[in-house]
Amino acid sequence: MGPLSQRERGLILPSTEDRLRLKPEDSPADATSRRGARPATAPLAHAGAVVERPPSALTPWEQVQLARHPERPYTLDYIGALFEELVELHGDRLFGDDPAIVGGPARFEGRSVMVLGHQKGRDTKENAHRRFGMPRPEGYRKALRLMKQAEKFGLPIISLVDTPGADPTLPSEERGQALAIAANLLEMARLRTPTIAAIIGEGGSGGALAIAVADRVLMLEHAIYSVVTPEGCASILWKDVGLAPEAAASMKITADDMARFGIVDGIVPEPAGGAHTDPATAARALGDALRCTLEELDRVYGVGEALDAERLLHDRFARYRRVGAIDGSDE
Amino acid sequence: MPIRDFFRREHREGEGAPGGPDIPENLWIRCENERCKELIYTREFEKNLRVCQKCHHHARLGARERIAQLLDPDSFREEDADVRPADPLGFASAGQSYRDKLAETQQKTGLPEAIVCGSGRIEDVSLRVAVADFAFLGASMGSVVGEKVARAVERSIESRLPFLAVSSSGGARMHEGIFSLMQMAKTTALIGRLDQARVPFISLLTDPTTGGVTASFAGLGDVILAEPGALVGFAGPRVIEQITKQKLPPGTQRAEFQLEHGMLDAVVHRRDLRPTVARLLRLYGGGPRAGWAHSANGKGV
Repeated sequence: MGPLSQRERGLILPSTEDRLRLKPEDSPADATSRRGARPATAPLAHAGAVVERPPSALTPWEQVQLARHPERPYTLDYIGALFEELVELHGDRLFGDDPAIVGGPARFEGRSVMVLGHQKGRDTKENAHRRFGMPRPEGYRKALRLMKQAEKFGLPIISLVDTPGADPTLPSEERGQALAIAANLLEMARLRTPTIAAIIGEGGSGGALAIAVADRVLMLEHAIYSVVTPEGCASILWKDVGLAPEAAASMKITADDMARFGIVDGIVPEPAGGAHTDPATAARALGDALRCTLEELDRVYGVGEALDAERLLHDRFARYRRVGAIDGSDE
Repeated sequence: MPIRDFFRREHREGEGAPGGPDIPENLWIRCENERCKELIYTREFEKNLRVCQKCHHHARLGARERIAQLLDPDSFREEDADVRPADPLGFASAGQSYRDKLAETQQKTGLPEAIVCGSGRIEDVSLRVAVADFAFLGASMGSVVGEKVARAVERSIESRLPFLAVSSSGGARMHEGIFSLMQMAKTTALIGRLDQARVPFISLLTDPTTGGVTASFAGLGDVILAEPGALVGFAGPRVIEQITKQKLPPGTQRAEFQLEHGMLDAVVHRRDLRPTVARLLRLYGGGPRAGWAHSANGKGV
C-alpha cells in the first residue's frame, strides 16, 4: 500500500457510502455508535440502540493514512467550530510553553468547560513550531495545570487527542518526559471533575494517554489508537519500517477494534471519505457526541454542587483497574 | 606440604576437571562493560552481588536473583504466580504466534511472566515487592505485569506494608497492543490509591528502565532510587538517535545523568541497597502517620 499519493484512492470507497451512519439531525443520543458491550460502566447504554456497523472497508494501513491526513481537522479546528470564548492559556510555570499542546477555558453549548488537546502543524513551518503535535514535558505539565484548574473551578474537561507520541528527543529526556507523563496519569485518575477524551486523529502511545485517561473516551471513526506507531512496532519487532502496514493490522488500532475491546465508549461517525472531506460535518458529529456524553455524565453523576465526585472517581478507577487481558479472563 | 599442593584439587566427577567432559563454562566471567572486560572469578562475582570489582559495572539480575540478594533469607513469599498472559489480539510475529512466543520464553526463563511479586522483609522490615525480569521479553509491560503490579499495590494498601518496585523494562508489550498501553493507566491509578493511603512506595530503577514503565508506576515512587549506570528514560537511546540523527554523548540517560537532572533521589550501589531501603522505611515509619509500620511482622521497625 503506497503512501497517500491519490487522496481519493481507497478513501472514498463505494461501501463507505453504504455504511450505516447517523446524520447530525438524528437524535443526539444516537450520535455515537458503540459495539462491544461493557456493562460495568455502560457509559452510553442508555443512549438508544447499539448501532451495529458493517466492518470497515478500509485496511488498517489505510485508516492510518486517513488518521494522519494532512488536511484532517486538528484540535484548534474543532475548538474553533464547537467552542466559544476560548482563552488560550500558556506555559507550565516551570520551564516554558509547549505549542504541541493547546488549551484553556471555553464555552461549550453555553457551558464553561476546560478544553485542551494536542495540536499538529498545518505546514512545515508550523510543524517545526509544534513538533508535529509531539509534546515535551512542559506540554504535559501545562495540560496538568489546566486540568487541576478545571477541577478547582468545577469545569468538565474535554481533551482532544491527536499525536504520533511524546517527543522523543534529548531535551525532553533532560526535563523528565517519563515523569511528566506519569504525573498526568496519576492525577487524571483522581480529578474530581468529569472528564471526556476524544481521539480525533492519532492516539499515539503514552504521549496520547497522558491526556486521555477519562470517564468517557470517544473516538472518531477513522482515528487510530495504538501502543506504538506501526512504524515503531515494525522497526522493533521486525527491524523493517517497511512492514508498518502489517504492524498496523497486527496491533488492532482502529476505532472498531477499540470499541470491541471496550477501550472507547463511542465511535463518532465521520463524513464519507474522512473528516477532511467535510470538516464542518465532522465537527458537528463530534459536537453532538460530546454534548450527549456530557449530558449523560450530568445525569449519572450530577452537576456542579450536586456532583457525586466519590462515585465518579470510583467508577473511573474501576474502568482502569479492570483493563487488560489475562488468561482465563473474559477478554 | 609443597606449595603446589595448594593448587592441586581432588577432581571429582562433574566438578570441572580440566579438559574433562564437564567443564563449567562459567568458572570465570568477563565484565560486560566494554571499557573494562575484566576477567572475574565467578564465585567472587556472585559474592559481590554481580558487580564488577574493578569498574563497579552492575550486571543485570533476574527477578529470583534480585529477590535472593535484596530480601532477608527465606523471607519471600510469592503471590499471584498463577496470573497468566492471554493473547487478546491473536498477534503473530514472523510466523510465530504470541502464544508460542510466550511458551518459548517461559521455557527459556523458567518464569510465567516478566514480574515476580510477593511479600518479604529487608533488615526485618516487612514489605511487598514487585520485581521485574528483563530476560522475559524485555520485561515489557503487558496485561499480566499490569495486573500483578495492581494486585501487589492493593495488598500493600490492605496490609499497610510499604511497596518496593524493582523495575527494568524495554517498554510496552507490543504483542498486546492497546491493552499494554492501558496498563500504564491501570498501575498508575493504583499508585494513586497507595499515595492516598500514605503507604510508602520506593521505586528502584535498574538497567534498563524505559518507556511505559518509567512513564507510569515506576516514575511515581515517594523515593526513586537507581543502580549505578542504569539506563533510565522514556525514549530509548536508539530511538532518540534514529529520530534526531545525532549520536548521544556517553552517559546520556544513565542513572547519574538522571540524578543530575533531578529525576532521581539517589544512585545507590548494589551492596548498599538493603541498608538504604530499610533505613528509608524506618525513617518514614517513624512519623506519626506510620500506621503501616507497626503492623510489620509484629515487631514494628
